[in-house]
Amino acid sequence: MTTRTTSLPGTPDAISEDRLRTALSPRARPAKPGPVAVSLTFGWRALLKIKHVPEQLMDVTVFPIMFTLMFTYLFGGAIAGSTSAYLQYLLPGVLVQGVIIITMYTGMTLNDDIQKGVFDRFRSLPVWRPAFLVGALLGDTARFGLASAIIIGLGLILGFRPDGGASGLVLGTLVVLAFAFGLSWIWITLGFIMRTPQSLMAASMMVMFPLTFVSNIFVQPETMPSWLEAFVNVNPVSQLATAVRGLMHGDIETTALTVSLLSPVGLTAIFAPITMYLYRNKK
Amino acid sequence: MSEPGSFAIETTGLVKVFGTTRAVDGVDLRIRAGGVYGVLGPNGAGKTTTIRMLATLLRPDGGTARVLGHDVVREADMVRERVSLTGQFASLDEDFTGKENLVLLGMLYGYARRDANARADELLAAFGLEDAADRQVKHYSGGMRRRLDIAASIVVTPDLIFLDEPTTGLDPRSRNQVWDIVRALVADGTTVLLTTQYLDEADQLADRLAIIDHGRVIAEGTPGELKASVGSGALHVRLRDPEQRMEAERALADALNIPIALDSDPAALSARVNDAELVAHALSSLSQSGIEVTNFALGQPSLDEVFLALTGHPAEEETTQEEPVA
Repeated sequence: MTTRTTSLPGTPDAISEDRLRTALSPRARPAKPGPVAVSLTFGWRALLKIKHVPEQLMDVTVFPIMFTLMFTYLFGGAIAGSTSAYLQYLLPGVLVQGVIIITMYTGMTLNDDIQKGVFDRFRSLPVWRPAFLVGALLGDTARFGLASAIIIGLGLILGFRPDGGASGLVLGTLVVLAFAFGLSWIWITLGFIMRTPQSLMAASMMVMFPLTFVSNIFVQPETMPSWLEAFVNVNPVSQLATAVRGLMHGDIETTALTVSLLSPVGLTAIFAPITMYLYRNKK
Repeated sequence: MSEPGSFAIETTGLVKVFGTTRAVDGVDLRIRAGGVYGVLGPNGAGKTTTIRMLATLLRPDGGTARVLGHDVVREADMVRERVSLTGQFASLDEDFTGKENLVLLGMLYGYARRDANARADELLAAFGLEDAADRQVKHYSGGMRRRLDIAASIVVTPDLIFLDEPTTGLDPRSRNQVWDIVRALVADGTTVLLTTQYLDEADQLADRLAIIDHGRVIAEGTPGELKASVGSGALHVRLRDPEQRMEAERALADALNIPIALDSDPAALSARVNDAELVAHALSSLSQSGIEVTNFALGQPSLDEVFLALTGHPAEEETTQEEPVA
């Protein structure tokens, strides 16, 4: 057995027995952390992920910018007579679409963690178990918030002038975030069930595209065939877009707002317990 | 530390069924605290499934298991506080640096950020990963990953650690490093339950062994006891020219008057015999027949032979089968 004191760069360093013994020596355990502390730590993990994989921010930065520019200038003249008039109608809707679409990354990130085995490590820790999911959602706040800021910022540059003022903008954004949290639970549930992040993405696209495009985000449903109009009107995404438009432009649509706030509550009530069941019993 | 005579792990009739496969089919284990206990078996024998049940990651479908005195189902939290698991596949955040992985776990165990940092540095230094501390884990070699994975399991020193095939796929040098770590853990009072499909690893590290096949424990004891149970020592002969193996087999069979086994190595033969005089006679009859021997040894049977004697098939036979666990 040769003992190395130094090692070549790039090769595994030699293990020092003394250091090993010191590192393993018994010591006091830290006090068991509470649910909030653990959730915040998992939230920090989500932010760290963004730092190391900044590509994942493409979806929350580039896509919303693309959508806003594309739809404003493609459809603006045709639909509303001028791009600036259309932007007043479109922007709250693009915000809704932009944030809703990125909710699926919550499920994809989770699915990825499960496939990689790091999930087993977290699940075998003596901590408050929902913290792993709560932390993931906290991390998503950062993503959703960033996407919202980009869309609204770009809108203001392009000439979006909400009558509801700053408070309307903030309230509207908060309603979108609340809805996004509720929706995330669906993708988290699927994240436990689907085999790969890719299959999860395919499944969520199948839901997201009709849900966001067959809505009143881009056009008023009055011009549509009646059967389509009926669907668009009951689509919760339309209700959300209407509510956000109302808040941002200073006239509150009570029904739409109620639906938009109750939907995430309902989604959480159904899917959070299912998720916890899957979490406990995941093979 | 647990008092003498107490069991670190005690299972009775442990069962886990996946679909129609009884992955674990009535496992009874009594493992004393302290030392290394080896669970040996081919792929698909049920080792990983057993370990995952003991680490509270899988619910047993039948039987009971107590770890450090706590039931793994009813008192899962108590078990989780005192054990840790290093799975077969590194359970690390690939995108994070080695240090970030350890700091994250330290904080989840309740260390303040600064203490978690200090603990991470200490572990990285002890495991020879200082230089790689700030490199992303996806750029680590297999051996470095394994060491970091074990370090992650002892951020807070557990009373019992499960190591699921800790050296599978590692080069000999990395394997030795992992062995050093296991020995240091034991010297420190941690009980180690280690699964392996390498017989020499079990021989090197384990104080006691259970041999598992098809979800059942087929033998249990110290490596010495298991070898003795096969009955005798063995003669191993390696020839210079594999072409001469049939000829050598005949010569040895004539001299020893017992069946000769042809090993997987095309130039090697072995026979169960422990009479040194007889062996000397056999070797000289080989050289008289003009068969050149490059290597011979007379010793205890290897665990390979133990496995063959117990199960009727070699340990490596099933290595293409998947363990029925995600």
